[in-house]
Amino acid sequence: MSDGQTTFTKERQEVETVVIRFVGDSGDGMQLTGTQFTAASALAGNDIGTLPDFPAEIRAPAGTLAGVSGFQLNFSRSEIFTPGDHPDVLVAMNPAALKSNLEDLPTGGMLILDQEAFNEQNLKKAGYAANPLTDGSLDRYRVFAVDITRLTTLALKDSGLSNKQVLRCKNFFTLGLMAWLYHRPIEPILAFLAERFGKNAALLDANTRAFKAGLFFGETSDLFTMQYEVPPATIAPGTYRNVTGNSALCIGLIAAAERAGLPLFLGSYPITPASDILHDLSGHKEHDVVTFQAEDEIAGVGAALGAAFGGALAVTTTSGPGIDLKSETIGLAVKTELPLIICDIQRGGPSTGLPTKTEQADLLAALYGRHGEAPAVVLAACSPADCFGTAIEAARIAIKYMTPVYLLSDGYLANGAEPWLLPKIDDLPDFRVEFRTDPSGYYPYLRDAETLSRPWVVPGTPGLEHRIGGLESEYLTGNISYAPANHEQMVRLRAKKIAGIAREIPPTKIIGAESGKVLVVGWGSTYGSITAAVRSLHRDGLSVSQVHLRHLNPLPPDLGDVLRRFEHVLVPEMNMGHLSRVLRAEYLIDAIGFNKIQGRPFKVEEIVTRVKKLVEEEA
Amino acid sequence: MSIANLKEPGKLTKKDFESDQEVRWCPGCGDYAILAQVQRVLPDLGIPRENYVFVSGIGCSSRFPYYVNTYGFHTLHGRAPAIATGLKLTRPELSVWIVTGDGDALSIGGNHLIHILRRNLDVNILLFNNRIYGLTKGQYSPTSEPGKVTKSTPDGSVDNPFKPLVLALGAEATFLARTIDVEARHLQDVVRRAHAHRGASFVEILQNCNIFNDGAFNDVTDRDIKAEHQLVLEEGKPMIFGKERDKGIRMNGMRPEVVQLDSTNESEILVHDSKNPVLAYLLGHMTPPEFPTPIGVIYDVDRPVYEEGVQQQMRRAREKRGGNLDGLLKRGDVWTVS
Ligand SMILES: Cc1ncc(C[n+]2csc(CCOP(=O)(O)OP(=O)(O)O)c2C)c(N)n1
Ligand code: SF4
Ligand SMILES: [Mg+2]
Repeated sequence: MSDGQTTFTKERQEVETVVIRFVGDSGDGMQLTGTQFTAASALAGNDIGTLPDFPAEIRAPAGTLAGVSGFQLNFSRSEIFTPGDHPDVLVAMNPAALKSNLEDLPTGGMLILDQEAFNEQNLKKAGYAANPLTDGSLDRYRVFAVDITRLTTLALKDSGLSNKQVLRCKNFFTLGLMAWLYHRPIEPILAFLAERFGKNAALLDANTRAFKAGLFFGETSDLFTMQYEVPPATIAPGTYRNVTGNSALCIGLIAAAERAGLPLFLGSYPITPASDILHDLSGHKEHDVVTFQAEDEIAGVGAALGAAFGGALAVTTTSGPGIDLKSETIGLAVKTELPLIICDIQRGGPSTGLPTKTEQADLLAALYGRHGEAPAVVLAACSPADCFGTAIEAARIAIKYMTPVYLLSDGYLANGAEPWLLPKIDDLPDFRVEFRTDPSGYYPYLRDAETLSRPWVVPGTPGLEHRIGGLESEYLTGNISYAPANHEQMVRLRAKKIAGIAREIPPTKIIGAESGKVLVVGWGSTYGSITAAVRSLHRDGLSVSQVHLRHLNPLPPDLGDVLRRFEHVLVPEMNMGHLSRVLRAEYLIDAIGFNKIQGRPFKVEEIVTRVKKLVEEEA
Repeated sequence: MSIANLKEPGKLTKKDFESDQEVRWCPGCGDYAILAQVQRVLPDLGIPRENYVFVSGIGCSSRFPYYVNTYGFHTLHGRAPAIATGLKLTRPELSVWIVTGDGDALSIGGNHLIHILRRNLDVNILLFNNRIYGLTKGQYSPTSEPGKVTKSTPDGSVDNPFKPLVLALGAEATFLARTIDVEARHLQDVVRRAHAHRGASFVEILQNCNIFNDGAFNDVTDRDIKAEHQLVLEEGKPMIFGKERDKGIRMNGMRPEVVQLDSTNESEILVHDSKNPVLAYLLGHMTPPEFPTPIGVIYDVDRPVYEEGVQQQMRRAREKRGGNLDGLLKRGDVWTVS
């Protein structure tokens, strides 16, 4: 690394993969430190995976366990799929952060601490009887106690900033030190600082100085004897950017609207971890995006449905509690056959549950959580970048089949980031909408022979005035009908329309052997952990195969055949067994659930161990 | 489905707004009269038929859209304002009408009602107030009077009712009016005024449910006595009522009161001013038996319209930032691997 002024002289060691976890008080800026380190690592050409971990409270009392915020980053020269099971390096800004994270650091792991933060007051708040820096309890680790507070203060002593402002620069000192230690390019970080603090010269100067002080400290201090380097990964050629799931979802929705030739309408009500989609889309009005922050979730989805009636690509975004509130309106969308995308960014439930933690326990709600016979399409994204493609697929199906489509993501995908190979716009599917304008032979519930879809006519079209609503419609005419046989016909028709989408689902991709002993089936955000586990099992010579589902309703038409080709079907899920239940019911197979409900993604080793156990039981 | 005539707006007639669906309200229901008057007004507003949309909730009143040959959406109980909001934001050029009942608008949909009024979306809200739940066969509603005996209140209601106009004013509505199902002319005029108002127009229509709450508004509909009980508001005119036009409203300190007119107090009679929110509040609070029931346009002021603000921001964003998908994809730091 060179920033033009310094050349670094210490010995440098190459490493394959590093997992760093930054932890501190919510006010310590750990998320910013983590995302900047991530951006620099992405630009350095590494493959990356991240996992932010915020407390549910905005600012829990400083120094307490409840206020600890963390950001874990895995960066590698080879392909990776997760943020890493365990940190190799734990950077802890105070005792509370150390206490709540230490158990994840393996023996011999590197521990970087802010020495001054381990004062009597903070130790007490974290519930330490003795100072871990001196009582020998950290002997199992490689401890680097750095005077982060003092050194930052020193670097900024004539900056003119208040003491409080100076202390807020500690995270950039830490970032500087870590950037030195792992030999990260510093230009993107300096560029970020210039952009972030460009309007405030004093803060720009202070944070830049703190950052450089950290960098030089690494180089000059005796504490660190060597630098590490993670060389660039060999990844497919193309243009990349780092993207979170929520951000990819927004871009996907905008791209989908553009491909459909429609304005995008978002009706939403803030809720973690979905709010960022509302924020992000609100900043993109230039793409013909209307965002409406409604008075509640019911109004959010209601407005979206009204927008769909008016001819927009209509979306509503929420998380579990909001999904409950929206279900009646989604039923109306099923009945009136209007396209609607419902993004459920799942979090720990029931009720308010674990608002900032991840879970996959809304699958059954999406599949079945409406009264009456109300079939809807359900898709799930499997990685942050995949939220883009899944959004486009959701839009395409919603429009083509005039149906509500659930798009399931979760807190882990929403906030996690990975490098994204940018697609070429011309390669995206084209599904330009042509509203019906021809009055001849028109009925509101006329059926397309292939898709069974009804025509989309927008108000304002002369000669096609019609009424729709929640009451049962007569086949074809759409007039209100209470006729018994008509109701059954319409219920079956709506079911058949959705089931028919299966013919468009591509053949199920099997990673590993096409048949054999163990098949691991997943959906949603478990993709990374399962993929990494299956690779690791392959390296150990085990025959295990993997299938990951994007389409959850309807299911892929060949799925039953695939499942039956394996002796055991293992279904890891962050819930009590939703997909496993569906597979049992649909295919009468003995799917084995592997369930983790801790608000955290699976560790790779957990899946590896479970599969091995299954194989051993067999032997 | 009649796809018959593609007429110029000026040539439309009432018939053009009658759908081919059989009207299924109980014979004698006040909803018929309201439907007929609205169908009479629509051809005169200079709007192509295809640009009208009627959005309703659930209730007897909310069946309204099925009978009007325009675009229509019979939605969910209480949710019409939410659905209309998304529609209007997507197609601001449409003339959007919300038809709702006292239960639909003030119970289950209360939240959406106050917010659509606060935002001042340019829609017309027709609230059919029969002071009862009609469709579910006669439970008391949030406008039923205290002591009301219904199926769900055999011992009389102990709920305090809403005054819809006061509620709407509290929600910062910009247009408030009241009219009566059987006052054909008056109803038409009020509907016209509601349409002419830019922003959310809130119209309370007193409607007789002859099955479950017959005669709820007898005092203002009975030919023999109604003049004594209706206070017909006219802009800039004194608030005088009574068969002999011998009574008026004047202020007694901070409170309005009814007075018998004589030569000494004529100048004290309140003059209607639909721009005055304090007066609107007083009128909204006037209830029988102490006061006559005010009807007409109670309040009518200008405030920016929600969807126009939204459109304006979109235009500015487009001018400032363009809207290029490739640029969006490449937002932030990108790197190329070759
Ligand atoms: C979610 C939901 N809850 C309850 C009902 C049953 N319901 C239908 S209409 C209605 C009340 C209607 O009263 P109002 O709005 O005054 O209309 P009216 O029939 O008097 O015109 C109720 C409770 C429903 N359709 N949906
Ligand atoms: S129940 Fe009452 S409101 Fe409903 S249609 Fe009959 S008369 Fe009209
Ligand atoms: Mg009613």
